[in-house]
Amino acid sequence: MNSNKYQPVIGLEVHVELKTKSKMFCSCKAEYFGQKPNINTCPVCLGLPGALPVPNKKAIEWCIMIGFALNCQVSNFSKFDRKNYFYPDLPKGYQISQYDEPFCINGSIKLSNNKSVGIRRVHMEEDTGKLIHQENSTLIDFNRSGVPLVEIVTEPDFESVEEVVEYLKKLQQIVRYLGVSDADMEKGNMRLEPNISLRENTTNTTNKQILPIYKVEVKNINSFRFVEKAIEYEIKRQSGILNQGKNPIQETRGWDENKQKTVSQRIKEEAQDYRYFPEPDIPPLRFINSQISNLKSQMPELPTDKLIRFQKEYQLSKYDAEILTREKETADYFEESVRIGKLQKVSPKQIANILINKKVDFKNILPAKLIKGIVFSIKIDFVDKSKLRKIIQNVLLKNQKAVNDYKNGKIQAIGFLIGKVKQHFPKGDTNQIKSTLEKHLKT
Amino acid sequence: MKINVLHVAKLANLPLKNEEIKKLEEQLSETLTYIEKLNSINTENIEPTSQVTGLENVAREDEPKPSLSQEEALSNTKSQHNGLFKIKAVFDV
Amino acid sequence: MNLNQLTIKEAKEGLKNKKFSSVDLTQDCLKRIKEIEPKLNAFVTITEKEALSQAKKADDMIANGDDLPLLGIPISIKDNFCTLGVKTTASSKVLENFIPPYNATVVEKLNNAGAVTLGKTNMDAWAHGSSTETSDFGSTKNPWNLKRLPGGSSGGAAASVSSDEVLAGIGSETAGSIRQPASWCGAVGLKPTYGRVSRYGVIAMASSLDSPGPITKTVEDSALILNVLAGQDDKDATTSPRKTEDHTKDLSKSIKGLRIGISEDYFKGIYREITEDVQNALKVLEKQGAIIKNIKLFDPQYAIAVYTILQRAEVSSNLARYDGIRYGNDRSYFGEEAKRRIMLGTYTLSAGYYDAYYKKAQQVRTLIVKDFNQAFKDVDVVIAPTSPSTALFAGSSEDNPMFGELADVLVEPSSIAGLPGINITCGFSKEDLPIGMQIIGPQLAESLILNVAYKYEQETQFYKQRPKL
Repeated sequence: MNSNKYQPVIGLEVHVELKTKSKMFCSCKAEYFGQKPNINTCPVCLGLPGALPVPNKKAIEWCIMIGFALNCQVSNFSKFDRKNYFYPDLPKGYQISQYDEPFCINGSIKLSNNKSVGIRRVHMEEDTGKLIHQENSTLIDFNRSGVPLVEIVTEPDFESVEEVVEYLKKLQQIVRYLGVSDADMEKGNMRLEPNISLRENTTNTTNKQILPIYKVEVKNINSFRFVEKAIEYEIKRQSGILNQGKNPIQETRGWDENKQKTVSQRIKEEAQDYRYFPEPDIPPLRFINSQISNLKSQMPELPTDKLIRFQKEYQLSKYDAEILTREKETADYFEESVRIGKLQKVSPKQIANILINKKVDFKNILPAKLIKGIVFSIKIDFVDKSKLRKIIQNVLLKNQKAVNDYKNGKIQAIGFLIGKVKQHFPKGDTNQIKSTLEKHLKT
Repeated sequence: MKINVLHVAKLANLPLKNEEIKKLEEQLSETLTYIEKLNSINTENIEPTSQVTGLENVAREDEPKPSLSQEEALSNTKSQHNGLFKIKAVFDV
Repeated sequence: MNLNQLTIKEAKEGLKNKKFSSVDLTQDCLKRIKEIEPKLNAFVTITEKEALSQAKKADDMIANGDDLPLLGIPISIKDNFCTLGVKTTASSKVLENFIPPYNATVVEKLNNAGAVTLGKTNMDAWAHGSSTETSDFGSTKNPWNLKRLPGGSSGGAAASVSSDEVLAGIGSETAGSIRQPASWCGAVGLKPTYGRVSRYGVIAMASSLDSPGPITKTVEDSALILNVLAGQDDKDATTSPRKTEDHTKDLSKSIKGLRIGISEDYFKGIYREITEDVQNALKVLEKQGAIIKNIKLFDPQYAIAVYTILQRAEVSSNLARYDGIRYGNDRSYFGEEAKRRIMLGTYTLSAGYYDAYYKKAQQVRTLIVKDFNQAFKDVDVVIAPTSPSTALFAGSSEDNPMFGELADVLVEPSSIAGLPGINITCGFSKEDLPIGMQIIGPQLAESLILNVAYKYEQETQFYKQRPKL
């Protein structure tokens, strides 16, 4: 089979869960991961009779900030709509979403191959409850019901898996930079739905503007790796069908990790009829230009801008700058260290080297301490505190006698315990180990 | 105008008995005939009104407040298990 | 005279002067309820024990010299307001065992005002109707004639007030559900401006229209309760931020020079007796200095169509949450009327029909709003009959899918525009049935329409007539 015979046409819908303190339309805590079931619910997010939604201002602002980061136009007028459908995880029988007037439209994002991917829309909605499937029953937890979700829809501009993955990583980095979502795939903070179809590969440019007559949507994928595999699988599967002179059916499929393939979930004989209409319980939103520009002025520096600035301002290589700006925490730590280091004549490059080559524990070694370490070249390993704590707990557990001795007044027994801990940290700071041990022995 | 009652009932998630279907078909088309009176009104270039208050931009601060207890949340359900609502098995679609 | 026959104002005075206690007052209401409920069926749930303990608490507070707007006053609440720990059914079997874990904002406010709640009143199931016949727990009868309907959907509330079971009732109106039963039962029914009173905790019917309000014996009582209920609620995003006012303040203000509009279309096809009584009422107001002006309002016939589309669509969505999982019974428990409305609403919102029905209705809604705005440039209030008929016979609503809309034709336009309106009795028919007229004002003009109603009431005092039950 000639793999270049077809050109993939891929679009993406990504749901990003915001990390606001409260839910989208009620004041329940927005936490659900690792929580006891159904403890963060109220009449609103349980869909009790008579309850009414009131939107979360911060969530709306964050949604718009995502739009800004993706170079979207922010609409002056926007509203919420009801999307009506039935499913046991949807307590009201409708999801409050946005239909024809989303907060943000017409954006774009640039990939490393200089290609611009269109962002069709960025809108605000609410999450559903969580279903837990058992053999003969299904259990429902509504802690997640009403958690703010931002849906980001691209144009079908991707032509390869690599482009898709790069976009997703960029998007993840952006929302983390904005501080609006942890975008933790494993926790379901970011959910991916690629739609894939194939067109004949040709140099004829008019053909490129015509979309294939079908598209296959793969629902709710929660890992970059699975998205890759699902798209690769679909390209192969659809090529096979096209090669037989047939057209793949328009449908929704799911990725089955065990079978390593996508499986059909529902043929869309008729497009889902969501019966959208304007949400009567929430007045519309109007943003005057000054509000929009005010919000824009609150935008933090985005990864691409930071990358360029780091190279220029600190004379770093692109490689170094990329590592340092990958996460905002690292970039901030670096800049703070540079600021302090400047007074002590430590160069940004020196700091960059240490940060890139050693795993510095940001929480416990503040930039000032790091600079001190560089200036005086003290050969102390700054012990990772959480690691130290684990080792100490282990040592205490295995050396009950020494512990009891210490507790009974034989204070010198601590020397034995320090020795045991030091076996794990030969170059560790004895004072730090001692003081941590003492803390543990007292509790 | 004849309504496809079965299709609409499916969308509305309403279980209907056979005799209801027939009756609804008649009554709904009777009502539709009535509301089609509106067609005689010219609404070209008229903005739709979804709300009459004239309010805009109503939102709340992002501050959590106490929720219902698990017991209260589950107090009206017929079927529960370990703090969760329990229903007949459904399969993710 | 029994204590249950008092108005709120009279009862407040008696309580304050220690002529009787709230427990005495509550006992008299309970006695009346026990005596006539078997015939009337105005209540779905009677909360005797809770009421007596609220009354005792009120008496303690009165003894302490405390004063609250409704302290110790026995009232009823329509069964679509969520009441913490007290069954709330909306008169539907779907919710026959539902016990809310929270209070509606209105209920919270009534509690804070010291009111004594005697129970939850019957209604058309889900507030779908104008007869109280669609209740799954038996229909309510009209206190003036037990063979007649009380109107609806707040039929239980209106009947409980006009039969002296309670001093006042809290109802809700989407289009007519307060004014029309108040008219048929001979009570004062106030539908406030949409957004003036919080909807939080009121089982939603048509969200863009629902307005809770009081049903009382007198206009002054209506103003007293509105003072308690009105105001912005941070749990209802559609409530008006406008400052609340004391609605009793301007009640007796002169209406000299007040411009009253009447529109011919509102007198088409209605009982002759009703037209006559409303015209007589206008003369009474004219005598007090009001000026009657003929105006031309949008034909109310179109409002029926607009209302039917908007309401059915919103109903189909609002009733989607009743799936029997978290509370209540499953969807097979819906009655015929609810099913009809869900079906029509689902249909009009479905793919390909939205523009023809829902959007069209919203556009005509714009025209109706504009029409009223225009009218209120020329007149201060509009007066019209409340209902085209007096109380109809039981059974009239059966198998008529448009019964409610036709009975409510005269109240629907103002509801669609979110305007306040008040029903007040302006006479009695030959069959000794109450006849009501309505006074409609611009948005948030509650004080004005209460003022006009009060001036009329002081002159005529129809409220002093009682049904012989």
